[in-house]
Amino acid sequence: MSMDAGGTEGQPQVAELESVALACRRAIVSMVHKAGAGHPGGSLSAIDMLVALYCTRLRVRSEEPDWPDRDRFIMSKGHASPGMYSILSHSGFFEAEELDSFRKLGSICQGHVDSGWTPGVDFSAGSLGMGLSFGIGCAFAARLDASKRTVFVMLGDGELQEGQVWEAAMSAAHHELNNLKVFVDRNRIQNDDFVDKQMRMFDVPAKWAAFGWAVREIDGHDMTEVLEAIQWMDGVDTGPAVVIAHTVKGKGVSFMEDNPSFHGAAPSDEQLEQAMEELQ
Amino acid sequence: MTALVASRDGYGEGLMQLADDERVVVLEADLGKSTKSCRFREMYPERTFSLGISEQNMMLVAAGLASSGYKPFASTFAIFTERGFEQVRNGIARPNHAVHLCGSHGGLHTGTDGSSAQSIEDLAIYRTLPNMTVMHPCDDISTERLTVLLSALSGPSYMRTARNKRPRIHDDESVAALRIGKGHVLREGIDVALLACGVLVGEAMTAAEELSRDGIEVTVVDMHTIKPLDSALVQRLAADCGALVTAEDHSIIGGLGGAVAELLAANCPVPLERVGVNDTFGESGDGDELLEKYGLNSDYIIAAARRAIARKA
Repeated sequence: MSMDAGGTEGQPQVAELESVALACRRAIVSMVHKAGAGHPGGSLSAIDMLVALYCTRLRVRSEEPDWPDRDRFIMSKGHASPGMYSILSHSGFFEAEELDSFRKLGSICQGHVDSGWTPGVDFSAGSLGMGLSFGIGCAFAARLDASKRTVFVMLGDGELQEGQVWEAAMSAAHHELNNLKVFVDRNRIQNDDFVDKQMRMFDVPAKWAAFGWAVREIDGHDMTEVLEAIQWMDGVDTGPAVVIAHTVKGKGVSFMEDNPSFHGAAPSDEQLEQAMEELQ
Repeated sequence: MTALVASRDGYGEGLMQLADDERVVVLEADLGKSTKSCRFREMYPERTFSLGISEQNMMLVAAGLASSGYKPFASTFAIFTERGFEQVRNGIARPNHAVHLCGSHGGLHTGTDGSSAQSIEDLAIYRTLPNMTVMHPCDDISTERLTVLLSALSGPSYMRTARNKRPRIHDDESVAALRIGKGHVLREGIDVALLACGVLVGEAMTAAEELSRDGIEVTVVDMHTIKPLDSALVQRLAADCGALVTAEDHSIIGGLGGAVAELLAANCPVPLERVGVNDTFGESGDGDELLEKYGLNSDYIIAAARRAIARKA
């Protein structure tokens, strides 16, 4: 599929996007089950934003993944790889069968997203806190090229504990990078426990605002709000913009929702069956 | 009189030589005046990205620029590049982005700033990363030339430069012959070969002259590239001379001495003596005082050469 026309013309309806998101959720749970490992929780919390971006906004070409003037999408929380693979496969970057090889030897679907292995992946992640800085480099390059391409970055909320995120936040605002747009997937859970038990975040929007960013909060599972947030970010031209998306870890699968155990664990056979029943 | 020069000035000049290539961009973390990228910044501010005191951020910003087709040259002190080591590992070397990192003020010779500023492990740690080229030139004009050559490299590199002025080693002719990954033979002798990098190349040349007065003829090589090691040259010298000495302002663990030891042990064991920092941290002092106190100057290279020769079968 080619989406380099961009804009809102022919934008799919919210119901269609929700249908795509549901299919992606099924793919996420299924590939993690098949691999016996992976990170379903943070993939399910992020997927609605991924679907909105890939289906309505990103100027990318599945038939030419390295098209130099494509928009960039940087998945900084690289463990949300099942989410990325589900939307990239849906967008035509590779066949759905590849999802079955997730985490297997030689697979194009590596455990954490890796640009060297997967068509459509712009950033090799896996170590938290680095993606925003990489996005700044891409945004500088776009500015030097006098290109209108946009750089989107997705961060986790636990990831905000990494100091490098704030080094990057400071420099993006200092350099007034209005071609840099960030989603924070505020699902309130990290590897060991709830974020606020591990390290209290206090007022996340106020932190970003204090670093010089334009900030907006949304419900990250309300497709209409997600689409509006993307339009809002596109309209911010004075500097970088961040959307704090309040989400539910494991969204869509009852026993995974808000459950720290499913940050990085695969469902059993019985749990898979239940999840697929719920994801109808 | 040989000119006194600092290799970091060669980095600044090398960037100026590269400026016609509009894909070349420069990154700094508040030390451009020291690493000498400030010269590029003054002439080409639109292609210079000053990121404040944030080395980890700088590594990934450079990677992002490289992924978009630019040729980033990023510098800070050698020791502060290490703050971003995992960023270099995961964000630059692993995806093989052609980011060129320059760590200035490397080694004990950095001097009075003291041990916090004296990286003696940078060559060792960067050498362990796949895809990385690791270099430590010895004077200004060789650093300038090698900086220019880096821009044609398709993978990442780390180059250490030194703070203080030392006698220039190279001339226009020898600089023109420099190639990344190839040691440069500065003088030839059959009794022992001295392989040196950085400020210790000059010490090795002094040692060679003194040994020659005693009838001992030595080969001296400017091993400006630590990785890929010029294994063909090292093995030829092992065969021709039968004994080797490495000399570096760096830990004896893992740097030039470590690389040569690995190569010799696996391929052609001959006596090897390593002159370097003996698994200890430095302190404040004048550069030359520190080379003396920590066993790195020409006197120690001479002693090491005599030991190596004595160990020949």
